Amino acid sequence: MPADNDTSPMADAPPGNWLKPNTVSGTLIVATALCIVCSLLVSGAAVLLRPRIEANKLLKKQRNVLIAAGLFDPKKNTDRDIPGLFENVEPVLINLPAHTASGELMEDDDEAGRANQDLDIHTYDPRKAAKDPKESVPIPADLDQAGIRRRERVAVAYLVKGEDGSIGRIVLPVYGKGLWSTLYGFLALDADPSSGFPVAGITFYEQKETPGLGGEVENPKWKAQWPGKTLLNDAGAPVLDVTKPGQAQAENQVDGLSGATITSNGVENLVNYWLGKDGFGPFLTLLKNGKLDFQ
Amino acid sequence: MLEHHLSLFFTAIFEENLALAFFLGMCTFLAVSKDVNTAMGLGVAVIVIQTITVPVNCVIYQYLLKENALNWTGISALQGTDLQFLGLISYIGTIAAMVQILEMALDRFFPPLYHALGIFLPLITVNCAILGGTLFMVERDYTPLEALNFGFSGGLGWAMAIAALAGIREKLKYSDVPDGLKGLGITFITVGLMAMAFMAFAGIDI
Amino acid sequence: MTDRIMAEPDKKDVLFDPVYKDNPIALQVLGICSALAVTTRLDKAIVMSVAVILVVAFSNAAVSAIRHFIPTSIRIIVQMTIISSLVIVVDLFLQAFLPRIADELSVFVGLIITNCIVMGRAEGFAMKNGPLLSFLDGIGNGLGYAAILLIVGFSRELLGSGTVLGFTILPLASEGGWYVRNGLMLTPPSAFFLIGILIWALRTWKPEQVGKS
Repeated sequence: MPADNDTSPMADAPPGNWLKPNTVSGTLIVATALCIVCSLLVSGAAVLLRPRIEANKLLKKQRNVLIAAGLFDPKKNTDRDIPGLFENVEPVLINLPAHTASGELMEDDDEAGRANQDLDIHTYDPRKAAKDPKESVPIPADLDQAGIRRRERVAVAYLVKGEDGSIGRIVLPVYGKGLWSTLYGFLALDADPSSGFPVAGITFYEQKETPGLGGEVENPKWKAQWPGKTLLNDAGAPVLDVTKPGQAQAENQVDGLSGATITSNGVENLVNYWLGKDGFGPFLTLLKNGKLDFQ
Repeated sequence: MLEHHLSLFFTAIFEENLALAFFLGMCTFLAVSKDVNTAMGLGVAVIVIQTITVPVNCVIYQYLLKENALNWTGISALQGTDLQFLGLISYIGTIAAMVQILEMALDRFFPPLYHALGIFLPLITVNCAILGGTLFMVERDYTPLEALNFGFSGGLGWAMAIAALAGIREKLKYSDVPDGLKGLGITFITVGLMAMAFMAFAGIDI
Repeated sequence: MTDRIMAEPDKKDVLFDPVYKDNPIALQVLGICSALAVTTRLDKAIVMSVAVILVVAFSNAAVSAIRHFIPTSIRIIVQMTIISSLVIVVDLFLQAFLPRIADELSVFVGLIITNCIVMGRAEGFAMKNGPLLSFLDGIGNGLGYAAILLIVGFSRELLGSGTVLGFTILPLASEGGWYVRNGLMLTPPSAFFLIGILIWALRTWKPEQVGKS
């Protein structure tokens, strides 16, 4: 018989008398051996790669915060710059307004907008909290502009510090319903109360809107019209207006996306919700009055 | 609560139809959809298996695999473990086992049903719609109750799509289709048109 | 040793036939399930293709290497276990080294497990042939799958976004160019139309395939 280079003789030889696959004991031996080999392979890969995977997740979140704050330009910066750039950014826990037992917004809520002292910023996950009945509250229908039904009690915002340690920008997490999906993003504001907290940038990092239409919320050209807009009126109430494409003129107006009215309305509603009295409104008021307790 | 479940139900059937929006289960979808009766049989089998496996896998995910899922055991060595990397292998194992168990149970207790569904059951293990349903459940972090709802409605949406396609294909037999397009080609284009029709349900909020 | 007397298939045929002569997607309707949802952009299609080629090739080789030891009664589950383990490893590698694309492929990497090509080749080819030949068969079928995926991914990205791999080819009218994008190409139905047309072309070119399925 000619040499057969297709197969190694060891692996290809039918088993001798020592293993009969089609008996009960043979089946058990093969099954056990297979399980051991496969579990070693899978857990080995998992253990080896886990540090990298965890690091990637952290980088992704930090990158999005930096993009919203206008500190990271995907064309110029690479992931290597992220840890350095993030040194000036401080994550903070902020109490969102509390609700009464009957589900309405609580009046005279002293804690709203203040730093939360009870939770650990390193382990707290607002996305998980928003689903947990203990850590979240239902939003009354008349307040629920963003269409999210529940939200977490405590949000994670990011403060971008200047050279002297003062707060230069604030990056707020925002989310709400579009056409197909919930849009998740960050809105960055200049911490300048006298000019009404002008927008520094916006970014959506997770959405499943129609590609090419609503999905254009991720288009840098569309996002570029946001910086400088003033979304709060003199009384501190949010007044963002996403217009029909090409009609934005006033300081509080932004062009909508063509062919995506529902996504555009969704963006308007979710930004107004999160900047409003049930979202970060109290926090912005404290910041405006200089009564913020982070420094 | 009820509102939330109704919305989940209709979203899974129309907006996020497993077959037409996510292309899941297409192999069986195309192979079996030649006549309506067979398609219905497979559709029912998918609904049944989906309704069982999605909640079962959901319990496995929520109480065994997820990060911190083992905290309920109270054993300190198991606190904070994260076994999500074992997800795929556990889910497919559960699916294969459930299909096998259902096959045996039907054979033993409901022979007529077994004869009607029996031939479809082995096909189901490798149907991507089943594993897909479970993976979407994990990605969206459903509670077991939501998973039950999603399993049933996702299966129902799939069954409706395949029954409708089979109906169209029965009529297509009498159409004059260019030679190269006959059979498979025209079926793909038909599915595309159906998917477009289903897209019109987008944005319906119940 | 009687199975050795049968003519060994030629390695070149094993490798290249599945690409154009017996394409798993176009002619056997296998494995399109998860394929189409990842073809809105060419880079996603490339990563998905490489993942599938690796899984089919290695699962074929592994199943073939131990084929004489596999008890008949648990055959399917043994193949399934090998395939799932490989898919998990590939998924972990993608998450570690290509995190952005891995995020976008989301559940579709996991769905390679139920890709009919992988199971079909393990059961239909690897159980009867040696490991090297099975490995080549896996690569060949993976390439056949990749060919369709890449054509669809290329067309959808070019016509839908005017780019190829992110580089602008057709400057969009909305950004000062002349090309008005075809929004349909970015939605799921376009993938069905493209595959339908591809099959039409393939069958007109090789008419002997008409009506085979």
